[in-house]
Amino acid sequence: MYPTKYHKPGSVPDAVALLAGSEGAKVLSGGQTLLPTMKQHLAAPGDLVDVRGIAELNGISAGDGTVTIGAATRHMDVATSADVKAHIPALAALASGIGDPAVRAMGTLGGSIANNDPAADYPAAVLGLGAIVVTSKREIAAEDFFQGMFTTALEEDEIVTAVRFPVPKRAGYSKFRNPASLYAMAGVFVAETGGAVRVAVTGAGEDGVFRHDGMEAALSSDFSAGALDGVSISEDGMLSDIHGTAAYRANLVKVMAKRALANAG
Amino acid sequence: MTDVKMTVNGKTVSREVPDTTLLSEYLREHLRLTGTHVGCDTSQCGACVVHVDGRAVKSCTVLAASLDGADVTTIEGVAQGGELHPMQAAFNTHHGLQCGFCTPGMIMAGIDMVNRYQAEGRELTQSAIRHELEGNICRCTGYHNIVNAIEDAAGQMAGMSKAAE
Amino acid sequence: MSDGIGARVARKEDKRFLTGKGKYTDDFRVENQAYAAFVRSPVAHAKITGIDASAALAMEGVIAVHTGPEMKDDGIGDIITGWAITSKDGNPMQCGVWNPMVTTYARYVGDAIAVVAAESQDIARRAAEMVELDYEELPATVFADKALADGAPQVHENVPGNLIFNWEIGDEAKTEAAMAGAAHVTTLDITNNRLSPNAMEPRSAVAIYDEAEDHYTLYTTSQNPHVARLVLSAFYQVAPEHKLRVIAPDVGGGFGSKIYIYPEEIACLWASMKTGRSVKWTSDRSEAFMTDAHGRDHVTTAKMGFDADGRIVGFHVDTIANIGAYVSLFATATPTYLYGTLWSGTYDIPAIYGTVRAVHTNTVPVDAYRGAGRPEATYMMERMMETAAREMGMDPAELRRKNFIKEFPYQTQVLLQYDSGDYFTLLDMAQKHAKVDEFPARKAEAAQRGKLRGIGYSTFVEACGLAPSAAAGSLGAGVGLWESAEVRVNPVGTVEILTGSHSHGQGHETTFAQLAADRFGLPIDNVAIVHGDTDKVQFGMGTYGSRSGPVGMSAIMKALDKVEEKAKKIAAHVLEASEDDIVIEGGEAKVAGTDKKMGWHEIGLAAYTAHNLPDGMEPGLKETSFFDPANFSFPSGALICEVEVDPDTGVTEVVQFTAVDDFGTIVNPMIVEGQVHGGVTQGIGQAMLEQVVYDEDGQLITGSYMDYCMPRAADVPAFTLDHGCTPSPLNPLGVKGCGEAGAIGAPPAVINAITDAIGTNDLQMPATPLAVWTALQGAKTPMAAE
Repeated sequence: MYPTKYHKPGSVPDAVALLAGSEGAKVLSGGQTLLPTMKQHLAAPGDLVDVRGIAELNGISAGDGTVTIGAATRHMDVATSADVKAHIPALAALASGIGDPAVRAMGTLGGSIANNDPAADYPAAVLGLGAIVVTSKREIAAEDFFQGMFTTALEEDEIVTAVRFPVPKRAGYSKFRNPASLYAMAGVFVAETGGAVRVAVTGAGEDGVFRHDGMEAALSSDFSAGALDGVSISEDGMLSDIHGTAAYRANLVKVMAKRALANAG
Repeated sequence: MTDVKMTVNGKTVSREVPDTTLLSEYLREHLRLTGTHVGCDTSQCGACVVHVDGRAVKSCTVLAASLDGADVTTIEGVAQGGELHPMQAAFNTHHGLQCGFCTPGMIMAGIDMVNRYQAEGRELTQSAIRHELEGNICRCTGYHNIVNAIEDAAGQMAGMSKAAE
Repeated sequence: MSDGIGARVARKEDKRFLTGKGKYTDDFRVENQAYAAFVRSPVAHAKITGIDASAALAMEGVIAVHTGPEMKDDGIGDIITGWAITSKDGNPMQCGVWNPMVTTYARYVGDAIAVVAAESQDIARRAAEMVELDYEELPATVFADKALADGAPQVHENVPGNLIFNWEIGDEAKTEAAMAGAAHVTTLDITNNRLSPNAMEPRSAVAIYDEAEDHYTLYTTSQNPHVARLVLSAFYQVAPEHKLRVIAPDVGGGFGSKIYIYPEEIACLWASMKTGRSVKWTSDRSEAFMTDAHGRDHVTTAKMGFDADGRIVGFHVDTIANIGAYVSLFATATPTYLYGTLWSGTYDIPAIYGTVRAVHTNTVPVDAYRGAGRPEATYMMERMMETAAREMGMDPAELRRKNFIKEFPYQTQVLLQYDSGDYFTLLDMAQKHAKVDEFPARKAEAAQRGKLRGIGYSTFVEACGLAPSAAAGSLGAGVGLWESAEVRVNPVGTVEILTGSHSHGQGHETTFAQLAADRFGLPIDNVAIVHGDTDKVQFGMGTYGSRSGPVGMSAIMKALDKVEEKAKKIAAHVLEASEDDIVIEGGEAKVAGTDKKMGWHEIGLAAYTAHNLPDGMEPGLKETSFFDPANFSFPSGALICEVEVDPDTGVTEVVQFTAVDDFGTIVNPMIVEGQVHGGVTQGIGQAMLEQVVYDEDGQLITGSYMDYCMPRAADVPAFTLDHGCTPSPLNPLGVKGCGEAGAIGAPPAVINAITDAIGTNDLQMPATPLAVWTALQGAKTPMAAE
């Protein structure tokens, strides 16, 4: 790794000040994506701002038709949380499938969505549930937050503090994993929330997570796997690599959407 | 450089380390606990798994500087006194290791999964074990005996915690 | 006896591995050591016109930067090939020169150009990135079947058309005639996919130069420390043998990749002399993908001719083998004498002929990887047989039975003579274990769930226990392939066995000890195995090619024979009896039919106090044997794989895997089963998951575990194993090698099962979900990234 300076602020304002004060500063949360890129010399932030110890970034609470998860909450804790399992079981299931057990013991929600890896799982849930991303400066709607592969609306000195998920009427997630990396090659989050149906797809699109109009329209009138039979999933804009051609990914999107529906309560 | 104070295998250790020091490097080079191994550079192989504050984590993907106050257990700290931990003994009985390089990570992952399943009241079946081993790669054994070893140890560890009640 | 031959003895060596006290090369630290990192070619083919190390040298903590031309000027030799192959036109093979570090041309991504020595690994790696290269990029040849095309870029000036050799085996005229008269000919185009061995321990070296003694010590991840010493000394000119100590301590897996003596070890030794500091280098996984020898990579067209009853009348093979940018140590033997000689498989085939063209490409050098040539042969044979059965409407097991060899020893049409075997029994047992008769019901049940079930066979025989030295030499080997053992009985009766074999997971510290425990009735804890250090152990050839059983153990048995003979003489003298009446068992020497006896430890004491030895007998009790096998050993097996394919995604689950193997005598069944589990898993990996992928510019696409898919626990089932036994008549124990069998036999069983499930035979390895789904759509499998 290239040399870096480690900081452990005790509060959000302190963390923001550190980010603002240094050109190459990056937030360190679970480190499960940032540290590997630093090890490969693909990233070399001069300052690391470790936010895991900040109290307000930790914890899960439920109430008022929402579940709010602190940005530094680990995947393993989301997966086993009584509140999440009770109100949004699809989210707990999604968290339980990220990476592997040791990665889930460290990786965090905030770290995952701030990175916006096109094959990460959480973006599908955040977009699929129409969640609100709460930051140190403002609240950002999911569709405004994700702006393309590895790109979000976050400013240089802005950190995610929590994500507020509305409790859906029903929701399900299913993903097809890259056999080597275990990241999503097609992960589909289907949810009916507040009377509207959303279908969010991760892992398949060149620009990162996206909503699928065709599937949303079909499921709005008939929330069942059969309703998707007539929907065509275009190959355009799909990722293509040695693990899956665009055509294969398009196929996977539909298959995973149907399985997500089967998982939806 | 950051001052880090951790408990490692029950002993308090204080060191000043370069900020880029990974926990795996801290253990192997600074503390000379070379039982934790590094087998890949993409956080997948699991040879580096240790326990931090009671959870299995990949020591190659966490900075030592971020672990001030943490309680760390490595493979060197698993045996109780002179006696092998049931997980270690089971790996021997079932021939769950050949070259031994992935073994420390397998044992730490094995103990962790048994602990978690016991705490959640879930049954650790052979299928569940194979699933929980997704973060641990072995090239020698074909996993057959590792799965048997973990299943056997799980039974013994359940027996032990019942006896302790 | 509980610790003897045939017993499931738990491993003695486990304790250190289970408690984190193993000593692998990277665990060693020498005081004041420097760390090395390598500057490597970023492109597949280039002429290096300038190396500017000034920025690197200016970094704090950087000690030195040294290049390939400097290494050559210091007299370090080029990397050798160990097996000379003659082309069918009588000409010797043509190979490109392999400088350990590039002197002018870089020929693959990863080719070492310079070595940086620094105070820490981190500094060395960052400094290596600061070294600036000026180079002229050249066109690259990447794929085996393209390397021979007109106009393909040439990898080496002295190897026209990239053709290293065009080798043949068998009888061309006889085979052509046989094929012409065949009632049915099955033709198959087969790819054997390129793999990376991926032992979990990355390669590492610690080189220590003692200036006062002009002596080098090298700790290295090696399967054969003595061979490393020989080659480093005689060919790479690092130091004369007696001034070079090579230690291979605990080694975390090899699978062939740690046989070779790589540029990195040579560079570390040389750099330690240049800098006056000990030099340590440890690979990371990404570096391993571009430096550890790759395996396999054959493109083949094979034709098998049958008569009207389904008996094979002839077999014709045409293979192109990708050797890579340089010819590695065993690289020429793997696609010739370890491949072509197995083209009879388990079948009685009256006419066989084929050619192998070996080619250079701008890729990582390819060499032996678990099975080395035999997986390639078996995959081809067993895919042919299954395909032929399907084409002729015959049951694949029955087609095999019709053609199995019945009588042994069996002289094949391709040099080898199989010692013993009984393939019928193995296949019968496998079918019983796999409950093949109930498969149709399982298939129907799966279909109700929307899944496709298939079953596939593989029967194999292979030649291992490398190798009879004279035979190997006559075929072009540069070395003999015997093995050595010294058995030392200590004065108070404990035994040490110094073996030229090396254990990097095979359990020799236990299995070898079982031999002495069994012979003399000693507790196994009283027997220690010493290996891996050229200062301690006599010259040995190391462990690969499933030779530690048939050859390594045989050397021990012969040495034990000599020890037993002398021990009996001593006992007879002390007990005043005839030598013929002495029986050694249970840790004692007894006079048969009496109660006169003496303890084993007393024999040792008698030998070393020498107060009362027979006239003319030298004191001491220590014997050596160098065992040269008379032939290879020929293990065999019948494997049955059952899969369930999800047609929506192409995902294949291996629901059942049965392997019934014949390894002759089994010294420790637990150890042997472990070898089969591991070998089969690597075979499943090859068949379904793993592939080294290059793009057309020679860039490595699969450069880490993010893209190279290693088999995990959830990818394989629990295995059903059983054994037949036809001992080898050619070594004292009757042992046949077992280490590679799983990797040899498994891949075709898997692909035969998947093709059975999906109803199309057009499928190459690896049968990834993408490949299987694509095959189901009826399209051709895509071969590379788009």
